[in-house]
Amino acid sequence: MNTQQVIFLVLSAISLASAMGVILSKNPVTSVLCLILTFFTIAGHYVMLNAQFLAVVHIIVYAGAIMVLFLFVIMLMNLNADVEPQKRNWLKYAGAISGGTLLVILVAALRDASMPSLQSGSTDIGLIANLGKTLFHQYVVPFEISSVLFLSAMVGAVVIGKKE
Amino acid sequence: MNIDWFFIIEKIALISGVLALSLGVAMYSTWGERKVAAIIQDRRGPNRAGFMGLLQPLADGGKLFFKEEIIPTLSHRFLFILGPSLAMLVACMTSAVIPWGDTLTIGGRQVSLQVADINIGILYIFGVVSLGVYGIMLGGWASNNKYSLLASIRAASQIISYELAMGLSLIALLMLTGSLSLKDIVEQQRHSYWNVVYQPLGFIIFLICAFAECNRTPFDLPEAENELNGGYHLEYSSMKLGFYLFAEYINMFISSALMASMYFGGYSFPFMDSLGLDANLITILGFVALFIKIICFLFLFMWVRWTIPRFRYDQLMRLGWNIMIPIAIVNMLLTGAWILYKQG
Repeated sequence: MNTQQVIFLVLSAISLASAMGVILSKNPVTSVLCLILTFFTIAGHYVMLNAQFLAVVHIIVYAGAIMVLFLFVIMLMNLNADVEPQKRNWLKYAGAISGGTLLVILVAALRDASMPSLQSGSTDIGLIANLGKTLFHQYVVPFEISSVLFLSAMVGAVVIGKKE
Repeated sequence: MNIDWFFIIEKIALISGVLALSLGVAMYSTWGERKVAAIIQDRRGPNRAGFMGLLQPLADGGKLFFKEEIIPTLSHRFLFILGPSLAMLVACMTSAVIPWGDTLTIGGRQVSLQVADINIGILYIFGVVSLGVYGIMLGGWASNNKYSLLASIRAASQIISYELAMGLSLIALLMLTGSLSLKDIVEQQRHSYWNVVYQPLGFIIFLICAFAECNRTPFDLPEAENELNGGYHLEYSSMKLGFYLFAEYINMFISSALMASMYFGGYSFPFMDSLGLDANLITILGFVALFIKIICFLFLFMWVRWTIPRFRYDQLMRLGWNIMIPIAIVNMLLTGAWILYKQG
């Protein structure tokens, strides 16, 4: 095993364990922290693929912004084990069945998917210069359209926020 | 496996050096803060421990270490300890991408005085800064005290609000430099004017946001003791409290280093290439120049703290959202227009 494989295995183990922690922990704040750890390990995988820009944006957007808002809401809700409503049994069964169905669909969809391995010559494909050039030349129309989408979401948030 | 052991040793030495430097500067910032406060308020300041009170930080550190450590019974124990640790960790992480100097040549090896010259340096700093809020939030929540929680929520919303304007002012700078690597940005300033000449408005926005991000006066609302009994670290004692306070000083040091690197030429100084001195000597002089710039910024931080009163909370939010962000957007548009005009 070379160094890369060791790092990959350690990262994957941590990300799987922390992802399990998200759903297994009773305390919602611990869940959020586990999710943040998961995001970090995924960012680590991006770095392993030499996609530094993606890694750091992943951390800024998910760990730095979205999860802070999650934490905000959870902290203000003041959830404890005592006041948390007990879930009914049929709800658990329904959750298990729908989750299992999703798993089946995902496995069925990915089973025949062709996964070409990355050519060894293109290791700098994820660097910011290449990414920017691709986004602004090849994919400029979808990029601009999605930026309008984001702008409209922001305007919507401001409008809702201004309502008395 | 062919691992370049010298490379690893070099990096470990550099990381330890940078860490020791940030801790040392943060330690003596506490002394400097008291001295500056004393001068401004016409007092003497610390003058008992050692010459001019220079041993005062050691005495304070020793005191914090030997104080009794109290963890509230109803707190979330793990998170209570994690909070200050995260604050300290995140504060120390930022220094990795700051170029502390040019390259030194030691025994035929080029040793760069930068821990990691990654091509996303500024984004890395932005990412780490956005994580800084976790230490405060977790600490405030885990204390199980409503004043701590209120203060930590104030701190978090303040940091999130000012991050936006900070990011926008950085975008304007990036449009100008065309590189996200701090090393490249400093090297560009070495051969032309400092970026503050091209981005005066951006620099002022960044400066104000840096004050807010460090929770410094006039934006030290998370610690408004007349409203919140001392802020998010109300329940903390001993070295955990010390870590929170210390992290603030490290953050101050790092933001000073950042402002010096991005807007004031970093380790470059006037006439550095026409002096005709040895390259190693120039590098060391460059490090000294960077340090002088950093100390000027640290002094500015302290000067403002003892001069300007605290904002009210709604004023703080209005300044962030209604004034800073629009100005930052205008600055970005102006920069874009100027670049277009230059390109003809």
